[in-house]
Amino acid sequence: MFGKKLLGVGFAVALLGVLIGLYVATWVTSQPPAVAAASAPASSGGNQLTLETVAAIGPKYSPTHPDWVSYLVRNNGKWIHSTIFTLPANSVVHVTLYQYDGDSGLRNPFLSQVQGTIGGTETIDGKVVDSINPEEASHTFVVPQLGVFVPLPGVPEEAKNQCEFAPCEGAAHRTVTFSFRTGKKGRYRWQCFVPCAAGYLYGLGGPMQTVGYMSGFLNVV
Amino acid sequence: MSSSQAAPSGESPGEPNHTLRFTVIWVVATLIAMPLVIFVIGPLLGPGNGSEQASGQGSDYTVLAATATPVLTLVVLYLLYSVIFFRQPKGAALEGPALRGHARVQTTWIIVTSLIVLGVAVFGTVRLEAGYGAGSGSGPNPLTVPKGPKLPVQVIAQQWLFTYRYPTYGGVETTHLVLPVNEWIELHVTSIDVIHSFWAYQLGVKADANPGVDNVVFVKPTKLGTFNVRCAELCGLWHGYMSDKGQVVRPTAFASWIQQAQKTFAPATKVLAPYSKTYLPEPTRRGE
Repeated sequence: MFGKKLLGVGFAVALLGVLIGLYVATWVTSQPPAVAAASAPASSGGNQLTLETVAAIGPKYSPTHPDWVSYLVRNNGKWIHSTIFTLPANSVVHVTLYQYDGDSGLRNPFLSQVQGTIGGTETIDGKVVDSINPEEASHTFVVPQLGVFVPLPGVPEEAKNQCEFAPCEGAAHRTVTFSFRTGKKGRYRWQCFVPCAAGYLYGLGGPMQTVGYMSGFLNVV
Repeated sequence: MSSSQAAPSGESPGEPNHTLRFTVIWVVATLIAMPLVIFVIGPLLGPGNGSEQASGQGSDYTVLAATATPVLTLVVLYLLYSVIFFRQPKGAALEGPALRGHARVQTTWIIVTSLIVLGVAVFGTVRLEAGYGAGSGSGPNPLTVPKGPKLPVQVIAQQWLFTYRYPTYGGVETTHLVLPVNEWIELHVTSIDVIHSFWAYQLGVKADANPGVDNVVFVKPTKLGTFNVRCAELCGLWHGYMSDKGQVVRPTAFASWIQQAQKTFAPATKVLAPYSKTYLPEPTRRGE
């Protein structure tokens, strides 16, 4: 009788272990793929990271959450749904970001100032600025551990040809460029600071709490 | 001590006087353990001596640990004593003697433990307030306020970053916390989105950061150097990354730093909302 009980408990413990293992394995493998930055043209040197932000990722890239706001990264001429980027250590990264989303406004206007980029500025549609109107912010690209804070202005409401969901090429957008230094090797998280998760409490749930949408990692190697 | 082989009314003939023997063992063990707790373990209990409040908390932990030592020693030693001396002999299949109540022992036990618990509660409450709310925050209306000038600094939490606003320096906001040594700091801890907790470990400061609440803490840093800042309230995806290093510097270095910060963050300062003691999660253009 005791042996049977022991066997039953052992089986239950083993089953629980397998289930936990499966959960962890699923969680780990559900991370988006890491995308390496491309080499920048010899004239500028360093590395090139080309990103896109969209109001809705669409069914092509995310069948489970097609209406979630998201970042995408360009790799070998194709847009990839990922927010994990591999960058070389102690190097300059030039970022070009196509911003297809409308504005939401920053909750903390302090983050409307550009910080930590080379020159302390960003270029928006060809114009160099050191800050934007916090009301017009759509997203931010922020790497707190590297001190990089870049606010991204939204597409004006009145603009024609607004993008519904990714891919958005050809739709109304803002073009933002900036450069920053990666520093030493490590894994740095980055995130958006604009509460942009439509339909969630205070705009903070869903894509704001899931790697692969409004936050991710810089794998500096 | 009233149970089993040691008969409540006294020891059986031939049995040693367990009560006396155990009391001697307990007193000796406590006399050995107390200095170890006070002088060896106490200094290791943290949070260190980064501020007057942190040093005070270290002393408080030592007092509490020292208070608990005789009780812990009593319980552990009695357990061991019982296992060794009241063990049923091998092969004996006898039932032990009936356990009966012992009013004097029970009454003493209840009175002593009640006094200890009440004493510790009073001590904790008094010391918490004597520390000017550093260990918990005093809410918007602190009961005790240190005398003399104080540097107000607002701690603003959001998912997932702390920023710091200095209202007496044009309301400039920064991403790092820098404080002058040996000056009273008046921290106003709040949040602009969800609940967080501001924890500056070596300063002995830990205060809830809630939206719409101004949680006031007074602290006097006494040691130059860095201290760890982290969020102590599970607040979402990147809670584990919500950390930074703060710095305590000489007043002259602080003056230079704040002057530089005012210049560096001038573009942001221009668009900041007027200084307010609390914030709410706004705007919520996309949220519910």
